[in-house]
Amino acid sequence: MSDTLVAFDEVLTRYEPALGLEVHVELNTNTKMFCGCPTAFGAEPNTQVCPTCLGLPGAMPVVNQVGVESAIRIGLALNCSIAEWCRFARKNYFYPDMPKNFQTSQYDEPIAFDGWMDVEITGDDGPETFRVEIERAHMEEDTGKSTHIGSSGRIHGADYSLVDYNRAGIPLIEIVTKPITGAGEKAPLVARAYVQQLRELIVALGVSEARMDQGNLRADVNLSLAASGSGVLGTRTETKNVNSFRSVERAVRFEMQRHAGVLDAGGSILQETRHWHEDTGITTSGREKSDAEDYRYFPEPDLVPVAASREWVEELRGTLPENPTARRARLQADWGFTEPEMRDTVNAGALDLVEQTIGAGVSASAAKKWWLGELARSAKESDVELSDLPVTPALVAEVQGLVDAGTLNDKLARQVFEGLLAGEGTPAEIVEARGLAMVSDDGALSAAVDEAIAANPEVAEKIRDGKVQAAGALIGSVMKAMRGQADAARVRELILEKLT
Amino acid sequence: MSDRIHSTAAELAEALAAGSVTSVDLTQAHLDRIAAVDGDVHAYLHVDAEGALEQAVASDERRAAGTPLHALDGVPIAVKDVLATAGLPTTCGSKILEGWIPPYDATVVARLKAAGLPILGKTNMDEFAMGSSTEHSAYGPTRNPWDLDRIPGGSGGGSAAAVAAHMAPLALGTDTGGSIRQPGAVTGTVGVKPTYGGVSRYGLVALANSLDQVGPVTRTVLDSALLHELIGGHDPRDSTSIDQPLPGLVAAARQGAAGDLAGVRVGVITELAGDGWQPGVMARFEESLELLVKAGAEVVEVSCPHFVHALAAYYLILPAEASSNLAKFDAMRYGLRVMPQGIDSPSAEEVMRATREAGFGDEVKRRIVLGTYALSSGYYDAYYGQAQKVRTLIGRDFAAAFEQVDVLVSPTAPTTAFKLGEKLDDPIAMYLNDLATIPANLAGVPGVSVPSGLADEDALPAGFQVLAPALADERVYRVGAALETALTEKWGGPLLAQAPSLESTQNGALA
Repeated sequence: MSDTLVAFDEVLTRYEPALGLEVHVELNTNTKMFCGCPTAFGAEPNTQVCPTCLGLPGAMPVVNQVGVESAIRIGLALNCSIAEWCRFARKNYFYPDMPKNFQTSQYDEPIAFDGWMDVEITGDDGPETFRVEIERAHMEEDTGKSTHIGSSGRIHGADYSLVDYNRAGIPLIEIVTKPITGAGEKAPLVARAYVQQLRELIVALGVSEARMDQGNLRADVNLSLAASGSGVLGTRTETKNVNSFRSVERAVRFEMQRHAGVLDAGGSILQETRHWHEDTGITTSGREKSDAEDYRYFPEPDLVPVAASREWVEELRGTLPENPTARRARLQADWGFTEPEMRDTVNAGALDLVEQTIGAGVSASAAKKWWLGELARSAKESDVELSDLPVTPALVAEVQGLVDAGTLNDKLARQVFEGLLAGEGTPAEIVEARGLAMVSDDGALSAAVDEAIAANPEVAEKIRDGKVQAAGALIGSVMKAMRGQADAARVRELILEKLT
Repeated sequence: MSDRIHSTAAELAEALAAGSVTSVDLTQAHLDRIAAVDGDVHAYLHVDAEGALEQAVASDERRAAGTPLHALDGVPIAVKDVLATAGLPTTCGSKILEGWIPPYDATVVARLKAAGLPILGKTNMDEFAMGSSTEHSAYGPTRNPWDLDRIPGGSGGGSAAAVAAHMAPLALGTDTGGSIRQPGAVTGTVGVKPTYGGVSRYGLVALANSLDQVGPVTRTVLDSALLHELIGGHDPRDSTSIDQPLPGLVAAARQGAAGDLAGVRVGVITELAGDGWQPGVMARFEESLELLVKAGAEVVEVSCPHFVHALAAYYLILPAEASSNLAKFDAMRYGLRVMPQGIDSPSAEEVMRATREAGFGDEVKRRIVLGTYALSSGYYDAYYGQAQKVRTLIGRDFAAAFEQVDVLVSPTAPTTAFKLGEKLDDPIAMYLNDLATIPANLAGVPGVSVPSGLADEDALPAGFQVLAPALADERVYRVGAALETALTEKWGGPLLAQAPSLESTQNGALA
């Protein structure tokens, strides 16, 4: 079952890829899409359920208005048209974690359609914008969660399975792109950047936690290859649940290489669902779903159509946040960051934090220095998001204030951050408790300088001869004697005063 | 008033208010009647004597304290087994739900409880309300109190028979294509299908969601109005329920009973007569029309040309919706679970298959297959899509007709009650029984069936149907009550007085 892979660069000499991305966004509404059950993550299994989301006989759905609002705002942010009138539809198939054995979804009448998103990628030729057309964004409900107990952990070979219906009925928005063609060798990058920027948009809208690791945002990657210049679309495969930005890029690369291998050998691609394996970086056939499903969609008769008034849609348009891409460009210009600096800031998840820190009166370079240096390192070590650290923009501003006032230098400030991360109290308390304040008493400094001059007569001689740059050696010696708690600039001044 | 079990619900409500009878007396009298005759009739699937008496005691306490919850507080009622009742079995006439006890009440049931009506039990029905004879119940058929060898109509034969045999003064039914009105017609009782959205469907185990309505099953038009006003009105748990106040139904019934229909325009539907319509049924219909004219109504003939396609459209839309609704019965969470034979460690899918094979009856399987086919890719447009277009045309027929007339009328069913087993092997003949009732469900309009007398051929009851525009339910009550008053006068008493008593023992008259 080993696949023949064609080298990536070679794939592009013969084939043109077409991409399609389907992203499911789990909304952060307080209650489920069609009932009043809470949606909080991590509750005891089957405690957030009612007759409706359990699919008990006779129970009926009622649409969550906030869910509709979130769907419209996502649609508007993706430059979609919003349906004046649309219905829910039943997608019929049997599965134990689906309480009604149909999923309430939307079919040919999505709430949002015909939009686009400009995706920024950085290739070999520098930054470049690629427009991704959005086919539709529609509302649906999540299923329950099956856990298969047994050695395999999969449904086949399991001793038994447990189903938790807490997730059943959680609102989802499915966002589907039109086929993305013309990306060529940049297809994997475009796929990654699209999902990444879509996530940013969702976060900016505040409609989802958008944590890929918790399954709030799940991507399915469709890919097909066609002979270069043929102008047609090839047969596609759908790789399900690719749940990190990096994996999206890798999955596209892998499928391009695999498809090319099959096509080169004169084979044809089977239209099928495939599983992504994070550990090995390959996809495998999802055979149990390979036979074509007929979902027998029809309009959900228990729900009335959603008719979003134009006034409401315009009102919601007024609540849209600044487009993240435009915002990034604006902030980069304001802060004077280079392209790589900006990218690092975004990738570290530090954009908001840096912006707020600057807002608290810190210079852009200092804000970047702390968040991307000391703090990013610490977040990485403890494997948490930067924003989850116990250090806030206000605290960073407080520490920087101490540096600006000459109480701390950068080296001491780092120790203060260490204290903050360890929960040792406020910056002032940490400075006090750890005895970090710099020696500002000129008498003590002067004595230390005198000692250093006495201990290093040759260096002192050079300085007297006009070789001012030799002062560095003396400064180091003084700083060492002062255990770092001295203002290096002042030490330099004192040395020069005494020797020139 | 006559006695505890032969009185109307309105009379019982008056007696309770006057203190001349207690709810415990009434409830016990009905339980006694059930014990005496239901062995023959089999109207009930489950009798809750203990629960009903408990509720009756509480009702009497409220009456004594001067704090009744409603005019009908203390008047017992029977509930069709398709409505969820917390703590009481709800089988929908199917083996697949045998033993299931819902953890919640249907909204209509909750409203009955909130008004203090003791619930006598759950009534028999065709499995998942699929049928016109109650023979498709997995628990055995209900028999017609007029002739125990005949069907009581369906799907709500249990509710109609319970009311006709005086085993309950009131009952709840559901009507998807005539399941309240056709049993009413063949048992000599009154049944109303309200405007679609007029009564909450929350807790009604759906047959076809876009057609189903809960409605009253009673012996008089006034009783239906009293019950309809109690169960009707907006329910936030049912998105399709209409968010506006009900028209005055009791007032309309009282107005009609006064006998004056001056200025009311009545349209006779041309398409609902002709070949296949039993002469005795047509004769009672013609007589009823004359009585309406006598009361001052103007009667004209109105054509609804697309009604001839109603049955075909109905038998695509209903199975389509039902096939999806019934998918939830999969042995995973509740109800029957059958392990497949000869498989050591069956998969969930194999258990689902074995359970559905064993748990559903033939008629249910027939409609699941029909509906699955009608929704299948490649057939959807030709079947389900086309049926929805017919549905639109039927709605337009109604709209055009109601431009000319205030109400439309027809016989409720083409024949009187047929013999048990007579049409079991001929589904189409069975389906044809609902010819006259189906258009109202497709269009969502309200309708009543009122007894029109006994057919000459077989001395069995026939029904007269009155249909009104959506949201104008008061019209069916006004015209229905006027006809009922005129006919009762003609007969010298209610039609049911002519039905067999079913037992020799007589219930004592009220003081």
